[in-house]
Amino acid sequence: MTYEQWVIVAVGACVGAGCALIGAFLVLRKIAMLGDAISHAVLPGIAIAFLLSGSRATLPMVIGAGIFGVLTVVLVGALSRTRRINEDASIGVVFPALFSVGVILISKYAAGVDLDLDCVLFGEIAYSALDTLRVGGASLGPRPLWITGGILLVNLVVVLVFFKELKLTSFDPELAAAIGISPVVMHYVLMSAVSVTVVGSFESVGAILVVAMLIVPPATAYLLTNSLAMMLVLSALCGAASAVGGYAVSAWLDCSVAGAMATVSGLMFVVALVLSPRYGLVAQAWARALLGRRMREQLVLLHLGSASAQHGTAAAELAQRFRWRAAQAERLLGGLERRKQVERVGDGWRLTSYGTEAIERAGKDVLRHADEDGGGAA
Amino acid sequence: MVDGSDSQSQSPSVPPAIEVHDLTVAYGTQPALWDVDVDVPAEKLCAIIGPNGAGKSTLIKAMLGLVKPLTGWVQIFGAPFAKRRSWVGYVPQRSSVDWDFPTTALDVVTMGLYGRLGWLRRPRRRHREEALACLDKVGIADLAGRQIRQLSGGQQQRVFLARALAQDARIYLMDEPFAGVDAATERAVMELLGTLRDQGKTVVAVHHDLQTVPRYFEHVTLLNMRLVAAGPVETTFTEKNLQQAYGGRLTALTRAADALLANPPLDRE
Repeated sequence: MTYEQWVIVAVGACVGAGCALIGAFLVLRKIAMLGDAISHAVLPGIAIAFLLSGSRATLPMVIGAGIFGVLTVVLVGALSRTRRINEDASIGVVFPALFSVGVILISKYAAGVDLDLDCVLFGEIAYSALDTLRVGGASLGPRPLWITGGILLVNLVVVLVFFKELKLTSFDPELAAAIGISPVVMHYVLMSAVSVTVVGSFESVGAILVVAMLIVPPATAYLLTNSLAMMLVLSALCGAASAVGGYAVSAWLDCSVAGAMATVSGLMFVVALVLSPRYGLVAQAWARALLGRRMREQLVLLHLGSASAQHGTAAAELAQRFRWRAAQAERLLGGLERRKQVERVGDGWRLTSYGTEAIERAGKDVLRHADEDGGGAA
Repeated sequence: MVDGSDSQSQSPSVPPAIEVHDLTVAYGTQPALWDVDVDVPAEKLCAIIGPNGAGKSTLIKAMLGLVKPLTGWVQIFGAPFAKRRSWVGYVPQRSSVDWDFPTTALDVVTMGLYGRLGWLRRPRRRHREEALACLDKVGIADLAGRQIRQLSGGQQQRVFLARALAQDARIYLMDEPFAGVDAATERAVMELLGTLRDQGKTVVAVHHDLQTVPRYFEHVTLLNMRLVAAGPVETTFTEKNLQQAYGGRLTALTRAADALLANPPLDRE
C-alpha cells in the first residue's frame, strides 16, 4: 500500500472508532437522529462565520459550526423540557429551522459564492493525504489525520473519565439526579462531544461517513453484548473494521471510499442482526421454533395420556383435534417415538411409561418456573 | 384535611422522617398535588395510596427533589433533600426502567453505590462485593451476571430493591414495589422491609392493593391530588377516608370494603 492509502485507512479508522464510541450513548439514550440533526443545523454557523471573516478559511467555519452544534442541543433540550412535544419531535423541529436560516443567509448574502454544506464542510476522505498540516512552514503530516485522531482521543478520554456517570445518567437519570450526579451536566458533556465529533469529522471525511459511524457500529455492538463496556469496545472495533473493510471494497470496485466504508458498516449490522447468538433473528426464530415444538409435543403427550391406552389414538385424530397437517402430527409422533415416550398400538399411538414421566416432568417445570419467579429469598 | 394531624400525635421524641409542607406540584398547568401537608413518621412502614392520577408517584418524586414544586417544601430529617441525598434510597417504578440496556443485575446494584463514590471515582472490587452481598440479601446472588431483561418480574423488582439496599439509606422511597411481582417475591420483600424497619429505617411505598394495606403497613397516607388523610393505619384506613379518596369509583370502593371486612384494622398482629 502507498502512503496515501495508509493515510486514508487511518483517517477512516479514527473516524469510525471515534464516532462509534460517543454514538453508542446516542443509541442507548434513543436520540440516534441527533447526530444527523446537528450535521444539518450547523449551516447558519458556517454562513455567519463566512460573512464575518469574509473568507472560506476552515477554522472560523468550524468554530461557527461548533457553536451552532451546541446551540442545536440546547434548543432541543429546552423545547423537550417544556413537555409540550417529545424529544424526537423537538429534534425534528429545531434542525430544519436552523438549516433553513442557513439556507436563507447564504442565498441572501453569499449567493455568488460556492458555499454550502456540500463543498465547505464536506471533506473527502480520498484526499486525506493531500491536505498537509503546516505550522510555521514545517510539515506535520496529513491534517485530517490530526483532526480525526484528536477527536478519537477526546472521545476516548470523555468515555473513560465519565464512564460511570454516562452509564448511570443514560440508564436511570432519576437515580442519578437523586444521588447528585447531574444528568443535565452529563447531557451537555455528551452533546458537546457529539458536536465536536460531528463538525470535526465532517470537515475531514464528509457527511455520510460521520452519520453512519455515529450510529451503525454502536447499533451492531448493541446486538452482540450484555455489557456496556463491551458494547463500547465492540462499537469502536466495528467502526474501525468498517473503515478498513470499506477501503478494501472501494479499491476493489473503484468506488467512493466513504460510501464503501459506510456500506460495510451497514453490512456488519445486517450480519449481526441476522446471526447474533442471542439477539439475532436466526437465534430468536430458532428458539421460538424449539419452544413451539416442545409445546406441541406436550399437547400430544397430554392428549394421549387422557385417551384410551388400549386402542390408542390415531395420528389423524390428533391432527384434527389440534388442526395440524397430518404430516406434522406424524413427525411429532415420530420424534416422541424415538425418545420412547410413545409407542404404536394397532393403528394408533399410546403413552409409554417414559411418556408419563415426561408429562410429570413438564408439570414440575411449570411449577418451578412459577417458583423461580421468587423462591430464592425464602 | 381530615385526619392530617394524626401523625403529630406520635411520641414527640422521634421527629418525622419526612415533612411535606404546603406542597403543590403541577405539570404544565395541570396540578398533580394540591397543597399537601403530611408528616411521615420515622422508623415505620408507610404506604401512600390513592386512585390512579392521585399524585402518589409525584409525591415520591417531590420527596426526592426530582420535581420542582410550585409552592411548599419537603424536608428529610429537618433538612432539604439536597443535604440528605445519602440518607435516601430509591426504588423506581418498574415500567420506567429500560430493560434492554446492556447491563447486568450486579451492575445495576453497583449503581446504588455511585452516590457514595461521587463524581469520577470508579467502583472497585470491594464495591462489587458489597453489591453482590446486597443481591444475596434479596436471594438472587446467583443471577448477578444476568442481563436484566432475562430476569422474571419478581427478580427484576428484587434487583432494584438490592440497589436501594446498597445505597445504605435511612429512608427508602419505593414506587409500587409490588406491581407485577409474584406472591413469593411479595412475601420476601415484605419480610425484608420489616427487617429494615426493625433496624430503625423508614420505608415509604406507593401501594396499590388496598387489601394488604392493614397487614403490611403501620402508617398510611391517602391522596387524591389533595391529602385526604394521613396517620396510623388503625385510625386512618377507614371506610370514610377511603370513600373520600376513591370517590365514586365503585370497584375500588367494593374492594376497599372487602379489605376492611377481611382485615379489620384493629385486628392486626
